[in-house]
Amino acid sequence: MANSMAKTISTPIDRSRPVISIRGLKKGFGNMQVLKGVDLDVYHGENLVVLGRSGSGKSVLIKIMAGLLKPDAGTVSVLGRDIARLNTKELQALRTRIGFSFQNSALYDGMDVRANLEFPLVRNKRHLSHSQIDAAIAKVLDDVGLSQTLYQMPSELSGGQRKRIGIARTLILQPEIMLYDEPTAGLDPVTSVEINDLINEVQERYHTSSVIITHDLTCAKATGDRLVMLSEGQFLRQGSFEEVFDTDDPKVKNFYNYNFIAGS
Amino acid sequence: MAYNFHPYYLNKHLNMNFGRFFLRVYAIWQFITRFFREVLLPPYEYKEIINQFFQVGIRSLSIITLTGFITGVVFTKQSRSSLAEFGAASWLPSLIAIALIRALAPLVTALIIAGKVGSNIGAELGSMKVTEQIDAMEVSSTNPFKFLVASRILATTAIVPVLAIYMGFVGLMGAYMNVHHNEQTSFTSFFQSAFMKITFLDVWVLLLKSAVYGFTIGVAGCFNGYNADQGTVGVGRAANTAVVVSMFLIFIEEMIIVQLVNYFKHG
Repeated sequence: MANSMAKTISTPIDRSRPVISIRGLKKGFGNMQVLKGVDLDVYHGENLVVLGRSGSGKSVLIKIMAGLLKPDAGTVSVLGRDIARLNTKELQALRTRIGFSFQNSALYDGMDVRANLEFPLVRNKRHLSHSQIDAAIAKVLDDVGLSQTLYQMPSELSGGQRKRIGIARTLILQPEIMLYDEPTAGLDPVTSVEINDLINEVQERYHTSSVIITHDLTCAKATGDRLVMLSEGQFLRQGSFEEVFDTDDPKVKNFYNYNFIAGS
Repeated sequence: MAYNFHPYYLNKHLNMNFGRFFLRVYAIWQFITRFFREVLLPPYEYKEIINQFFQVGIRSLSIITLTGFITGVVFTKQSRSSLAEFGAASWLPSLIAIALIRALAPLVTALIIAGKVGSNIGAELGSMKVTEQIDAMEVSSTNPFKFLVASRILATTAIVPVLAIYMGFVGLMGAYMNVHHNEQTSFTSFFQSAFMKITFLDVWVLLLKSAVYGFTIGVAGCFNGYNADQGTVGVGRAANTAVVVSMFLIFIEEMIIVQLVNYFKHG
């Protein structure tokens, strides 16, 4: 089953151009060290999947990439800028080039779909006319296949629709990097496959580089050009899906077996 | 839990709570200084500030009208017999005006806004925090503190004085209707008599202390909501703490402001 879900769409990856470069990254909360010296490069045009169990530090890693958390040690360079050295204005400017899809979509409850999509646009591209805003909203909604939901409230949408609108909200600024935090968490298998396809379509249409945080192997196989496996704050293995799981390491084996037993 | 009563653990527990208390006070201080920084520095969130003025002001108007009117009527009814005993029933309009302008209007308005708006702010921001909507705002290059917090604190600070003046007026109208019903006093003579003892200082103090209460309500609601954690439990706690803390602080502030005003008035 896993093989039939392998990624088919692929954009050229430029391995000479890392868009995200992480060196010696450490992060802890209180006495608990979550990331223990992580090194990672994400290349231009690449979909990188970070796999790991719950609590392995995946979400912390992606939030550091977006500048939502500060590292304790190490450097995180995004699109050539060291995140820790940026002031608020510079960080805000950089964030317009990064899209972040949250685990629970994080749609603004008090706004309908249109207002959710309009919010980042009008705040970052103040020169746009009403017709340009309308066109941009129509385009991203069409891209995620939800044109009919324009005036619906988030509470009226299904889990899959909320994910799509969350992705549309990030796409409206045409980011160069997409960060997906558990894109298929809490979705049924059919909707998960649709979201996986959408991630690949986004890469194809918007020429984005992506980091996909997940513990779902089907998602990892369907969307990842390269996988890294995070365990106890360190990367265990990296490579293609087959390379990562072609090992006798019990942690990796267990992760693979339990995932597919649970998935089946 | 019995070990908690052992002197060693009790001492440790108290030290920990004191430590937490001072850390919290420091966090609130940082929150307030950040508010002033964000409010003074551009860009300004005009649209959201106006929206919050509407949310706090217009949406509280009906409950302020009702409670203000009832306060005026009840206070007049309760005071009449005592004043009549000393043959001072004619002082009723002045007494009501002094009570409303100096104490009741700002205090009752602030308590109502703390319950209605403070809890709403705490719950709304708390739920936005635990569902990552605040993070989503931040990654869309919007300053959530300026957009969510500064606008709300500004709104409560500016609107509570306006509502307190309004409640004072509605309370006096309630008092007038009661006085008119019993003593057939005319509208003009009631208000002439009511404002005889009210000075500009009283009105300024009303505006000042209402602004302080409004600021307190805004800070308590926003601080607890913005720092909410632990899921839905945290949201409930944020709403609850916002109300309890702001009501408690409003009474403390009332006491301090009255002392200060009396000191400056009479030396």
